[in-house]
Amino acid sequence: MPDAKTIRLGDIAYARSGDKGAGANVGVIARSPAWYETLRRHLTAEVVEAFFKPMSVGRVVRYELANLGALNFVLPKILDRGGSVSLRIDAQGKALGQALLELRLEIPR
Amino acid sequence: MVLRIANAQAFWGDDSSAAARLAAQVPDLDWLTLDYLAEVSMSIMAKQRERDPQLGYAKDFLEVVRSLAPVWRSGRRLRIVTNAGGLNPLGCAQACVEMLAREKVHGLKIGVVSGDDVLSLLRRDPGSFRHLEDGTSLDSVAAELVSANAYLGACPVVKAIADGADIVIIGRVADPSLTVAPCIAHFGWTATDYNKIAGATVAGHLIECGTQVTGGISTDWLDLPDPAHIGFPVAEIHSDGSCVITKPAGTGGRVSEQTVKEQLLYEIGDPAAYLSPDAIVSFLTLSAIDEGGDRVRVHGATGRPPTEQYKVSATYRAGFRATGTLTIFGRDAVAKARRCGGIVLKRLEEAGMKPQHSLVECVGANAVAPVGPRVEESTIRETVLRISVADARREVVEQFSRSMIPLIASGPQGTTGYAEGRPVVREVYDYWPTLIPRSAVTPRVQILQTP
Repeated sequence: MPDAKTIRLGDIAYARSGDKGAGANVGVIARSPAWYETLRRHLTAEVVEAFFKPMSVGRVVRYELANLGALNFVLPKILDRGGSVSLRIDAQGKALGQALLELRLEIPR
Repeated sequence: MVLRIANAQAFWGDDSSAAARLAAQVPDLDWLTLDYLAEVSMSIMAKQRERDPQLGYAKDFLEVVRSLAPVWRSGRRLRIVTNAGGLNPLGCAQACVEMLAREKVHGLKIGVVSGDDVLSLLRRDPGSFRHLEDGTSLDSVAAELVSANAYLGACPVVKAIADGADIVIIGRVADPSLTVAPCIAHFGWTATDYNKIAGATVAGHLIECGTQVTGGISTDWLDLPDPAHIGFPVAEIHSDGSCVITKPAGTGGRVSEQTVKEQLLYEIGDPAAYLSPDAIVSFLTLSAIDEGGDRVRVHGATGRPPTEQYKVSATYRAGFRATGTLTIFGRDAVAKARRCGGIVLKRLEEAGMKPQHSLVECVGANAVAPVGPRVEESTIRETVLRISVADARREVVEQFSRSMIPLIASGPQGTTGYAEGRPVVREVYDYWPTLIPRSAVTPRVQILQTP
């Protein structure tokens, strides 16, 4: 986009992640009500799925919590075979929130 | 009147001095909740019970009971609800009675809630149980089952409280129900007051992970005041189910709109249908209002009737695993570390012991989450090489454990950090979630009395 700027997700949102069986969820919460609209428009399930693709994530589902200015992303299968048997150092998906906050979003100026 | 419920334990291994500290910090505290059970905790307890039938519960809880003895001796009524009972709630309760007698605490009633153990039902008819996520039949792992417990709801806990229990010890119960039960008992709600129960469920969800709602693991953790003295959370719950989340004055950490919203979103799926055995809760009607002074008001939760099933958390033996680490320092550290990983796995394969699962990670080199902006590997001059293997055969994992340490002499210059010695071989227990009809489960309540 010619009239676009790049922002780091962590500058406009905060996050929390944790495990759900062999999957995980990442909650992303806007730092202000105005940023929620930006998140809702640009931080789509497709964008998040593409971001986590190197970790073999399944089909990402996004839920909107407009009342809290938040989005919840459910990331199936991202923990390999699940928190209790996964060999990964982050077997519980605790780091996925920090990872996602480094995503760069291209938004109109 | 407000009911004050604090969480003093988020998991088995959490700070066991928090309960006594909370009691001192919050003089008008009504209830403490203590959570000891993660998904696979029951498998650890099953192992302990195999060695000694008296065990099979969270023994750490007895230390908490001991630490509160002066509070009870002073005549103050501070009550506890906990899932420390694990696989043996009665054994846990009996040990508590003994502890209280030794500490000269008299006249307390201990409520014991059991009936969550459904292992025999799953073993009897494994074909009728399906894995909650992938739909597979329990048949494939039935022979290896170690534990199976239904997540009970608040109902039997309310009964124990109504029977006068000062300490309620449960096996498996849904985490938020630890908070919901005292609310139902105190406010006289009925089991169909779904909006109120939803509110208390949200309060329970917010405090069940202890310091995670008072700034622990928050995005802006580095700005957290006085993290060494982080306070445990207190929920001040009102008769309509709304609450204020706060923490004791003078403690570190923070309760803000941000910390509360982060914890609201912790480990949830569809926010319109947070499933608990007491209600299906919608988070979409909630408001979280920062009142300042480490107080956040949370209200507006809505609930509807729960499902006809209980969730069951089963565990089964799933082979063995080990993880070993070595630190590699120097030029091309990551390339050297990867080469070391390759050597270990190659030798296992040549010995006819190729593990079913193996993973080589270079910590510091995009290992934790290999997404987003990466660190350029060639610029890294130190990495922790982490090799993990898993296999159904113990001897394969033992062979791995023996084959990593020789790298100290045969690996690259700058191989260090081996003080831990050989990797420890551990039994693996996997988690197998399923559903069971409520009608198949009969919660039981009994009361023990201290002398």
